[in-house]
Amino acid sequence: MSWETVIGLEVHCQVNTDTKAFCGCSTVFGAEPNTQTCPVCLGMPGQLPVLNTVAVDKSILTGLAINAHINLESKFDRKNYFYPDLPKGYQITQFTVPIVEGGYIDIPTKDGGEKRLGVTRIHMEEDAGKSMHEGLDAVSHIDLNRSGVPLMEIVSEPDMRSADEAIAYLKQLHQLIRFLGVSGGDMEKGQFRCDANVSVRRKGEPFGTRTEMKNMNSFRFIKQAIEFEVVRQIEIIEDGGEVIQESRLWDSVKSESRSMRSKEEAHDYRYFPEPDLPPLRVSQQEVDAIKAGMPELPGELRKRFEAEYGLSSYDADVLSQTREISVWYESLVAAHPSDPKRCANWLANELLGRLKEAGKDLADSPVSAKRLAGLLDRVGDNTINGKSAKDILDDMMESDDDADTIIEAKGLKQVSDTGAIDTIILEVMAANPDQVAGYRGGKDKLMGFFVGQVMKASRGKANPGMVNQRLAELLKG
Amino acid sequence: MDIDVKKVAMLSRIRLTDDEAAELGPQLANIIGYVEQLSKVDTDGIEPTAHPHDAAMPLRANIVTNGNRRDELQASSPKIESGLYVVPKVIE
Repeated sequence: MSWETVIGLEVHCQVNTDTKAFCGCSTVFGAEPNTQTCPVCLGMPGQLPVLNTVAVDKSILTGLAINAHINLESKFDRKNYFYPDLPKGYQITQFTVPIVEGGYIDIPTKDGGEKRLGVTRIHMEEDAGKSMHEGLDAVSHIDLNRSGVPLMEIVSEPDMRSADEAIAYLKQLHQLIRFLGVSGGDMEKGQFRCDANVSVRRKGEPFGTRTEMKNMNSFRFIKQAIEFEVVRQIEIIEDGGEVIQESRLWDSVKSESRSMRSKEEAHDYRYFPEPDLPPLRVSQQEVDAIKAGMPELPGELRKRFEAEYGLSSYDADVLSQTREISVWYESLVAAHPSDPKRCANWLANELLGRLKEAGKDLADSPVSAKRLAGLLDRVGDNTINGKSAKDILDDMMESDDDADTIIEAKGLKQVSDTGAIDTIILEVMAANPDQVAGYRGGKDKLMGFFVGQVMKASRGKANPGMVNQRLAELLKG
Repeated sequence: MDIDVKKVAMLSRIRLTDDEAAELGPQLANIIGYVEQLSKVDTDGIEPTAHPHDAAMPLRANIVTNGNRRDELQASSPKIESGLYVVPKVIE
């Protein structure tokens, strides 16, 4: 009988506030250790937490974006456990009544359809500090700059049936939170971390015993870890054994998981209501105002780009990856309205490619949408050909000159004059009599050689369409 | 009411001798038994209380108000290296 995999995911996502969840300490990443702490986030006696208003708003915004219910009254609880990176001995979280309940995320399926995956809840909580063990013998080092940074824990229903579905859900969620601007989502910085609950069952049977794969921060490792775990569990059951409910840690070096016994013992968190925080109340008006300010979401944007600008689904997808790219694209189209597809190509392939090479974000692009539009105008009216335009864009990356200035200065105006092009072609033919004879003898492939030679002789300025046309004519003899 | 005193102690990181555990067991059971009288109260139709004060939570503006006070805050720590707290090795 065939096996079915059941996966539920818990994502810990850092909310990108300036200050921590319950105190006025900075959240800037990479500061000197323990320079962004205070008595509140160090858990010193007598200190009281006060919740950050932006962490609330961003959690609500995320809930609205996954079509969830917002609880106008939610509560905070203490989750008790001992670990050196948790100075209070408990984490403030929302256990009984989270701020967000019951939403969903649609993922694309292989047959071109969509599958709806349930999100059980999103609750607000605080991050722990960072423990470091590497290169240390009998001790660990603790940096508490991260202690108290606001998190959203986004908990899914056990709706995924394969590692691929789990990854599709995570990618969709990852894109969404960056789009909404509620999290940096930088996985290497631990801003987006995933626990996966995995079980297997024979089709039609109740859920099997699950194990929890802890704290993974790369899509590739998550996929590997889930696939490893599925095989491990099926082998256990087929050998007549039983899967033990436990937390497991993925070892990306050995490509295998191992049991985390210490977590098992500590699993009794003895939740109780946080006496330092009264219930969090938000008004429907506040929720409505957040909803009104919600940006167009990636899925909607993708569909609109295809319909409104005639983009391929691939281009529409690339240009809706982040809000920044989509806004940039639309300002480019506004400045070069004659050809939205050309805008898409030049942004997605040329500009983003160059920025990536330079290690820059679109926000730091030396070329503005207006300047790029000026270049595309000259491509559109055939003043320059595509090859020259790429060279000009290279120059623009290094200077503040606009396209017309560079075209003028470098004499890059495309040659579209039949007489001038014919002259070059005849020179090339005179210099390569053997190839001319070859071509006339039936070697059609030599056409490419001639095009190359003519373009070279024109220093890239000849209009390629006309070169092709005139070559065909003149080579006939 | 039977209480696993050793487990409760372990969760609280409190070291107990067997004698202490044996002595504390009945005491804890007494306390829980006392509080358990509350479960006999009829609470039908009464909204659960989340907090004794019926106040909504005040919120904090998202503005950095704390600077670097590392030296002062670490003054009472037993061991510091390069600004990091040094603790007995913890590893999974």
